[in-house]
Amino acid sequence: MRSFAYARATDASEAVAAYRPNAAYLGGGTNLVDLMRLGVATPDSLIDVTGATSGQIDDHPGGGLLIGAAVRNSDLAADRRVRERYPMLARAVLAGASGQVRNMATVGGNLLQRTRCPYFQDVSTACNKRSPGSGCQAQQPGAETENLAILGHSAACVATHPSDMAVALTALGATLHASGPGPGSPEHAIAMPGLHRLPDASPERDTVLAPGELITAVELPPPPPGRSTYRKVRGRASFAFALVSVAATLEIADGAVASCRLALGGVAHAPWRCQLAEQALEGQPATAGTYASAAARELRAARPLPGNEYKVTLARNLIAAVLEELSS
Amino acid sequence: MSRTEGPQKVTGQARYAFEYPADDVAYCFPVLSEVACGQLASVDDSDALAMPGVLRVLHSGEPGAYGLTGSFELAIFSSRDITYRGQLIAAVVADTLENARAAAAAVRVSYQPAPHDTVLRLGHPTLYRPEKINPAFQTDTGYGDVDAGLAEAAVTVSVTYTTPAEHNNPMEPHAAMAAWDPGGQTLTVWDTTQGPSADRDTIASVLDLPPERVRVISPHVGGGFGSKGTTRPTPILAAIAAREVGRPVKVALTRQQMFTLTGHRTPTIQRLTLGAAADGALTAVAHDVTEHTALRTEFAEQTAVCTRVMYGTPAMRTTHRLARLNVPRPAWMRAPGEAPGMYALESAMDELAIALDMDPVELRIRNDTRAEPDSGLAFSSRHLVECLRDGASRFGWDSRDPRPGVRPRGRWLAGTGVASSTYPAKRMPSAATVDLVEGGYLVRVAAADIGTGARTALGRIAAQALEVATEDVRVELGDSALPRGSVAGGSMGTASWGSAVALACEALLKDGQHGEADTTQDVAADAKLARHSFGAQFAAVLVDPATGEVRVERLLGVFATGKIIEPVLARSQFMGAMIMGLGMALMERTAVDQSVGGFMGTDLAQYHVPVNADVPDVEIAWLEEDDPHLWPGGGKGIGEIGITGTAAAIGNAVYHATGRRIRDLPITPARLLAPTA
Amino acid sequence: MGRRAEQETEVTLTVNGRSRTVRVDNRTSLLDLLRERLGLTGTKKGCDHGQCGACTVHIGGRRANACLALTVAHDGADITTVEGLADGTGELHPLQQAFVRYDAFQCGYCTPGQLCSAVAMLSEAGPSAVTDDLTTEPALTPGEIRERMSGNLCRCGAYPNIVRAIDATVTP
Repeated sequence: MRSFAYARATDASEAVAAYRPNAAYLGGGTNLVDLMRLGVATPDSLIDVTGATSGQIDDHPGGGLLIGAAVRNSDLAADRRVRERYPMLARAVLAGASGQVRNMATVGGNLLQRTRCPYFQDVSTACNKRSPGSGCQAQQPGAETENLAILGHSAACVATHPSDMAVALTALGATLHASGPGPGSPEHAIAMPGLHRLPDASPERDTVLAPGELITAVELPPPPPGRSTYRKVRGRASFAFALVSVAATLEIADGAVASCRLALGGVAHAPWRCQLAEQALEGQPATAGTYASAAARELRAARPLPGNEYKVTLARNLIAAVLEELSS
Repeated sequence: MSRTEGPQKVTGQARYAFEYPADDVAYCFPVLSEVACGQLASVDDSDALAMPGVLRVLHSGEPGAYGLTGSFELAIFSSRDITYRGQLIAAVVADTLENARAAAAAVRVSYQPAPHDTVLRLGHPTLYRPEKINPAFQTDTGYGDVDAGLAEAAVTVSVTYTTPAEHNNPMEPHAAMAAWDPGGQTLTVWDTTQGPSADRDTIASVLDLPPERVRVISPHVGGGFGSKGTTRPTPILAAIAAREVGRPVKVALTRQQMFTLTGHRTPTIQRLTLGAAADGALTAVAHDVTEHTALRTEFAEQTAVCTRVMYGTPAMRTTHRLARLNVPRPAWMRAPGEAPGMYALESAMDELAIALDMDPVELRIRNDTRAEPDSGLAFSSRHLVECLRDGASRFGWDSRDPRPGVRPRGRWLAGTGVASSTYPAKRMPSAATVDLVEGGYLVRVAAADIGTGARTALGRIAAQALEVATEDVRVELGDSALPRGSVAGGSMGTASWGSAVALACEALLKDGQHGEADTTQDVAADAKLARHSFGAQFAAVLVDPATGEVRVERLLGVFATGKIIEPVLARSQFMGAMIMGLGMALMERTAVDQSVGGFMGTDLAQYHVPVNADVPDVEIAWLEEDDPHLWPGGGKGIGEIGITGTAAAIGNAVYHATGRRIRDLPITPARLLAPTA
Repeated sequence: MGRRAEQETEVTLTVNGRSRTVRVDNRTSLLDLLRERLGLTGTKKGCDHGQCGACTVHIGGRRANACLALTVAHDGADITTVEGLADGTGELHPLQQAFVRYDAFQCGYCTPGQLCSAVAMLSEAGPSAVTDDLTTEPALTPGEIRERMSGNLCRCGAYPNIVRAIDATVTP
């Protein structure tokens, strides 16, 4: 691990003012310390922001919630309002990591955690995300692709975003509040989806954030109508990243889909908002056939890698299964 | 009954290799090759040496600089040859862990790479027939006319099963601390080992020291499962680093480094060909195995030997072929041979039962045998049939509808499966002493307790032999200064050490103060019989055909392993091995990447071992055997038989649930949802 | 070989009820502080990357992976390790006793982490990934115990006995 200076910021403006090149904001450390020990992340200074933003969840005027970026994952999932009004979000957070990691991880850090692509994590292999221009080992013949992307990837990068919480926030249409970069920059909003990028030719940028920009809060709009849930399919029963996951909300009126929100995890560089499927569902009869064809519609654009074709089937099946579950 | 060292383990007082206090200790951090094949061109340690706290950089740049002799794996830094990715090529010694690790990243290595080959396949150009297979079995065997047997069969099954590379992954990483006496003549190593005596001998040999000048201390071992059964580079590295810097040095491998430096189970490609008459009697059995070994050193997993003992047949063939690849040397992983071999055999038997429209339990019973089919040696005892019947009864097997894919339960399909289990029952020479001391009796043997409960079991054996209470007996083990103990491996520990302990106790009863024993003569005189444990395992699974998720609802194992020394310990051993078998069936796999030239996914987030939520309540039962041909304690060893039947039982249950036969472990959603050819 | 002063920090923590002040290399994890500096080797290093749970301790009464906790980021924190679970009168914590009684360990290496994790887990309110009804406090069934303890790997496969030991503590 590279040696680093450490400082705690007591508020967002102090954090943003302290930021400089080669610094990193430290939340719970559950991803950053991991990456520093692997040599993937090499900051020379850490700015601890666990006390720089709110650790509270407040009711937001208008019926939503304002979640401070320093709120721990476990506290978010345990909050009564989240459990009762945003069950999709509670389930998504509870599906992630382990109890110990959920206690340490912050909401802000969860959004900004980096891909678990094995080539990104191994500094001795070629990775454009880690080292722009060095190549993408994951796209070499014989590479291990089981956990990599099927949608939105590029010749430069086929990584997926690992956060469950981000998938739920994408389906909910959350808005992020951010400060910076640079002292004196006004607070501004970033809509989700929209935080996480597709890789294109610059996979080194996971998000639209500029260096030094600090997420201060996540604003949830009032809960969408209908029933909602989050389902995660993985290779063991717990403590594993998603092969594919689905966040879904479904409202049915008079036997037809009145409204629907769908997002996929484990399939792309960003949580994947299923706009095509949502369009295909709206106003249609709430039947298994509708769900299946909407899912197929969304996955038509999928370009699986050799070795992860199963994810296309899994994503289609999972969308249909979750919608059926929400209809019953 | 509870484990002797229980209070130490639950309070954090039990010390493992990295945890012994030492004045002025320095830390050593390994550097591994990034290239899979070729030569080390140069090592530039100047940046590393300039970093804070760095004392020394050891490396292969000057081969032979450390005066080591031995195998390619253990005579570290003695050659510029790179034969696999992740090979140990340098190490930094520094005053703190953080400084050593940071400086390791600053060691600049340049290579002359050569083309590498890391993927096993049938028809691989380097395939050869090893002279023998682990540990000393004949490579190929055969009798009768297999082709004729297949020709006359009413039904034949000819299938290929594959298993991936697997890693032992004990919870305690391999670690060692080494300290030389001030004169540099004697060496003490706190190691984590399944065999302190053998470890001491090997370390001494590599360092070219007389064995009496080396001592290995290892009272607690955080799991091994075979990976600590032979000496690893860690104690050698610690020893030479300590010699170089004149201070005690400790080294612990990172979890990532364990994947290339502590052994693994070879991948296998197994062709199973079975022929049977209409009534299920086998007419021919062929089990042909392809697996890998390292470029320089050989380990030939004895994958088909289980077929030589399981079922009667007039004709049989078993063969083993190895491909030499740019991989680390494979080694023992729980039930080497039997684990992958029984998966293939017991899955093929299930396919045969279905082809015959015969109950899978009945098919196995139909082909029971009184003698080893291959050698003709009589079994000292065998109760496979009884285990199958008892298990079937406990499991409710009689009411089983054999049709696959017809039991929906919500989004799931339910199915059940059965598989036999087997493991050899041998013992090795060992020595022991027992002494009357203040407060009771002290038993001493350089055995190893790697979680098996050996300390407790040996105490029980001694107490019974001395006819005293177990509280009056104390057992010292895990130290090479104690009477020579065999390695904790091959499920031989209790029988080996227990034999010596029992004899030593007999001797003490005659002497009154002291007793000692060495079983070398006794063991050599053991009658030539086929000694094996057998068992039956049953699994109930739920499979979601839409997602490919598999959940194990129920696991049952019924075993016949001679006499059980201590029921609580036995239950834990059987269960633990079955849970490892669950992992083998559903999730364990180390990916091999040919372009990178080595293992990928080398950590515990990517190599999945079962978590608590994967595991149902595991039911264990046993049938005691009164086998007069075993050692006086009458036990056959129980640590490994559990893993030998679970994967097939689960795979067979998955077929029963879905009608899909997956012949490639692990049975993951990716496999179940893969486009069918 | 000097070290720049800004890369070290003086930190004060309470560990098992005792105040400890140390000057640490900023890179020092709480895990390595406990094991290498404070002589508390009960907490174990299994993976050093938050993937196995063997290093589980309590930070502010909540279970956490000490390997991912930088010491400097926990100045003033209240830490409990396995060495601090017993009540100090010599009596083991009920969970420690239950682990012994139900043979909830084999090699013992994951055990301190299992114990710290379980003790803290028992006071964690709220649902888990396997809870059907998110709006009520679920009963701690064996299924709930399994899910909540899935952050603690046990390669020896003692899980069923671990669950039994925890269950016995909950419903005596």
